[in-house]
Amino acid sequence: MVTATQKLTPVEATAADRAEAVVVRFAGDSGDGMQLTGGQFTLSTALAGNDLATFPDFPAEIRAPQGTTFGVSAFQINFGSAAIETAGDAPDVLVAMNPAALKVNVAALKEGGLIIADTGEFSARNLAKAGYDDNPLENDSLARYKVIAFDISARTLEAVKEFGLSNKEALRSKNMWTLGLALWMFDRDRQPVVDWLKAKFAKKPEIAEANIAALNAGHAYGETAEIGGQVRQHHIDPAPAEPGLYRTVTGAESLSIGLVAGAQLAGLPMFFGSYPITPASPLLHHLSRLKQFGITTFQAEDEIAAICSAIGASYAGSLGVTSSSGPGIALKGEAIGLAVMTELPLVIVNSQRGGPSTGLPTKTEQSDLYQAVYGRNGDAPIPVIAARSPADAYDCAIEAVRIAVQYMTPVMLLTDGYIANAAEPWKVPDASSHVPFAVRFAEKDVEPYQRDARGSRPWIKPGTPGLEHRIGGIEKAPVTGHISYTPEHHAQMTEERFAKVRNVADSIPEQDVCLGSTSGRLAMVGWGSTFGPIHQAVRRARKRGMDVSHIHIRHIAPFPKNLGALLKGYDKIIVPEMNAGQLKTMLRDQFLVDARPMNKIAGQPFMIAEIEAAIEEALA
Amino acid sequence: MNEQVKLTAKDWASEQEVRWCPGCGDYAILKAVQRTLPELGSDPANTVFVSGIGCSSRFPYYMASYGFHTIHGRACAVATGVKLANPELDVWIITGDGDALSIGGNHTMHLLRRNLDCQLLLFNNEIYGLTKGQYSPTSRVGTRSPSTPFGSVDRPALPASFALGAGARFVARGIDVNKKLPEVLKAAHAHKGAAFVEIFQNCIVYNDDVFGPFTDRKVAAEKQLWLEAGEKMLFAGGEKGIGFDQSTKTLKVVAGDSGEVLVHDPANRAIALLLAEMPADLFPVALGVLYEDPAPTYESAVVEQNRAVSEGKVADLQALLRQGQTWQVTKEPRVE
Ligand SMILES: Cc1ncc(C[n+]2csc(CCOP(=O)(O)OP(=O)(O)O)c2C)c(N)n1
Ligand code: SF4
Ligand SMILES: [Mg+2]
Repeated sequence: MVTATQKLTPVEATAADRAEAVVVRFAGDSGDGMQLTGGQFTLSTALAGNDLATFPDFPAEIRAPQGTTFGVSAFQINFGSAAIETAGDAPDVLVAMNPAALKVNVAALKEGGLIIADTGEFSARNLAKAGYDDNPLENDSLARYKVIAFDISARTLEAVKEFGLSNKEALRSKNMWTLGLALWMFDRDRQPVVDWLKAKFAKKPEIAEANIAALNAGHAYGETAEIGGQVRQHHIDPAPAEPGLYRTVTGAESLSIGLVAGAQLAGLPMFFGSYPITPASPLLHHLSRLKQFGITTFQAEDEIAAICSAIGASYAGSLGVTSSSGPGIALKGEAIGLAVMTELPLVIVNSQRGGPSTGLPTKTEQSDLYQAVYGRNGDAPIPVIAARSPADAYDCAIEAVRIAVQYMTPVMLLTDGYIANAAEPWKVPDASSHVPFAVRFAEKDVEPYQRDARGSRPWIKPGTPGLEHRIGGIEKAPVTGHISYTPEHHAQMTEERFAKVRNVADSIPEQDVCLGSTSGRLAMVGWGSTFGPIHQAVRRARKRGMDVSHIHIRHIAPFPKNLGALLKGYDKIIVPEMNAGQLKTMLRDQFLVDARPMNKIAGQPFMIAEIEAAIEEALA
Repeated sequence: MNEQVKLTAKDWASEQEVRWCPGCGDYAILKAVQRTLPELGSDPANTVFVSGIGCSSRFPYYMASYGFHTIHGRACAVATGVKLANPELDVWIITGDGDALSIGGNHTMHLLRRNLDCQLLLFNNEIYGLTKGQYSPTSRVGTRSPSTPFGSVDRPALPASFALGAGARFVARGIDVNKKLPEVLKAAHAHKGAAFVEIFQNCIVYNDDVFGPFTDRKVAAEKQLWLEAGEKMLFAGGEKGIGFDQSTKTLKVVAGDSGEVLVHDPANRAIALLLAEMPADLFPVALGVLYEDPAPTYESAVVEQNRAVSEGKVADLQALLRQGQTWQVTKEPRVE
């Protein structure tokens, strides 16, 4: 039955009012430590009890020339006293550590927003590098904003003078000075940052002390009102949250823990084969530190070897997992087909990025849906599920493992660059509440392709006496799995493989409506990391009395059984996607509904306002 | 598997009908392997044959053990996962010259470099058999094939020197129909680490007799140098031997009784390379174990590191979940 869960209604009324949510964007050169600054600000903000969402925005070049616009690295955080679902549309505050950072980010700033700029970096040379003819801090080009410009570099040098560092080393603490100021502005505790610095620089105490001094100096600068009353301190109340233990988590972290949990629930050791690629590598990094959980990580020579080794490991009785991003997933395609044919469990994580080809390595997109669902030779169905947020990636990872082992199939788990890198507060799950799905290996009296009620074949580990058999990518006879090319066998086995994947729908929840009603004038239907902006936009529109609902699809293949009937209950369907319209086409294909596309192909997440505007237009 | 029961070659043959062309060298290799495994005391339940794609890669279907016929070029990668997941398994890789050195060259190189404990049997017929006879990366210059009707122009790869270059710690050669093949297989199996065995295999359909110049009965003695550790490198019934030319720093053919004949030291990598690359017109073909110098294996290093770094740590999921900075929210959610 269709159920309209209104889970978020209690906080709906408080959502994202300006007074209660602030968007801050830290921007600087890639060498300025903006991601660290953002990460620490996030932690302090989370500890203060705010809900939040972040958006790290990296340059594509690792060592882009200093001071250039393409070397700008930014970190945006949206935090507030109500539920926060996105990293925010337009920043209220922009911290610009150099002219290039200002140039790249100023356009996004809210009208009347605050710019904090380091004049120490606004030299003629740096201005030229950023493409400014004139110093924007000295003409009226920034008249629409509040600007506080002062020499952060000089103040940092002053603060760390006593530690006898080189000029270059001393200037590295600029980000901590800035963070200190930001912490003051939002009434945040400095202690977590101090603890973190002490731990990070345990082997270089003088560096830790210098950074702490810079942090304190930045804070004191705000405290002593040297800014001249232009900035007032801002206190944001904690957001209402379910009682419990919280932490912040990025998608890559929660995914790695979710895979660990999945392997434990299946009672299996995990084999993780991967080849480095942005933005998928953090998963390899995290898992390679967790060997005590029975995890073997293998940095293969390429993506093909990564997946093939994972298939070999699954064949030998481990939980095989591989991960990559679009280009690497393309390389894995043939081997995914092998896992389909040999019906071995396998989890394939795709941290999507902008494509095609090398595309936009550091930018987010959700354009690999077709690749996930259809991207193989032959009729090769596999289950596909998509995470919607960093915290959700944990549950999705467990779900992917469950489907893989219960249905003896490769499963594609889609996440994206945004989810992988962004952080959000996470109520720590209770591991003991998970339902185990322990794997039982076949031991005797079974044929390799004899199917159970789910349509799955037995998992037979080499080393099992009496069950010696041969498998491979060649088409086979039912039950025995012996090579067979007969027309009947190919037709039957193809259908059996389809049926098995269709059967996955028996084990997944029915599609719910996460906000709104089960029928009406308009459904906004999304998947993956567009959850946040769609949800907020629908919430805002509903507050204004519009008849719009939000449907978020986690299980993309197979779709939940009731999805078609549910969609037919709305007059209009809009599918906002960060691609040229892939889910939209799937919905049209499978349910013959008039799903309309709403596409953003900019390497950037949707803004709430963009989706809100689309809702307004559709209901006008 | 019951230790008492002595298996025979027949016990290692699966019920599958063997489907190579009549007269194909693959039959002889299959027989040699099926004969050798009982002598090794191998257990079919614990033995896995992993192959890629090609005529040669059909091999696992004919063995009554575990077998995985994977995809073209990827046998080494799949085998790496099998062995890492269960180091107790006895892993044999069956591959062809195209499979291992063309599409799968990268994986072959890395498997050898890592020194995964397995036996890698490369069936070299200097042709793409399964796809009907195109030239391969081991085909000699001038090979006429459907894709090179005027003769191939690119220089071939030498499997044994490729393996040595990649860092293999065991490199051997055998011939499909030669009775010494089981001895080579046994040596490969006895070696702990990646054991690379190139087997000259006659493709009777697309490249018949390409190895005739050294495998034909009439020339065998003159053109085959069977290496034995600690023995002199003699051939032609002992009349000739291999010596070292100090002036050119290369190998030379010397009289068998000249006192200049080298004694085979399999651990001498430099000589192994020279033996692998002896020009066919002037020298015999070096066969048997060209090189063997064991080193720690990859999977054992992985297992050891997994163990060492896990020592004193518990696999506590709840603790992992709570890692990092956490905070407690106590009050009930605000109800609006
Ligand atoms: C991805 C892919 N590309 C191409 C092929 C076609 N193909 C199958 S076997 C083969 C070459 C086999 O040659 P070799 O490895 O020398 O084996 P042989 O048949 O000679 O034993 C080719 C090109 C394939 N199966 N898969
Ligand atoms: S084509 Fe050549 S290699 Fe293949 S089975 Fe026939 S004879 Fe053997
Ligand atoms: Mg060949």
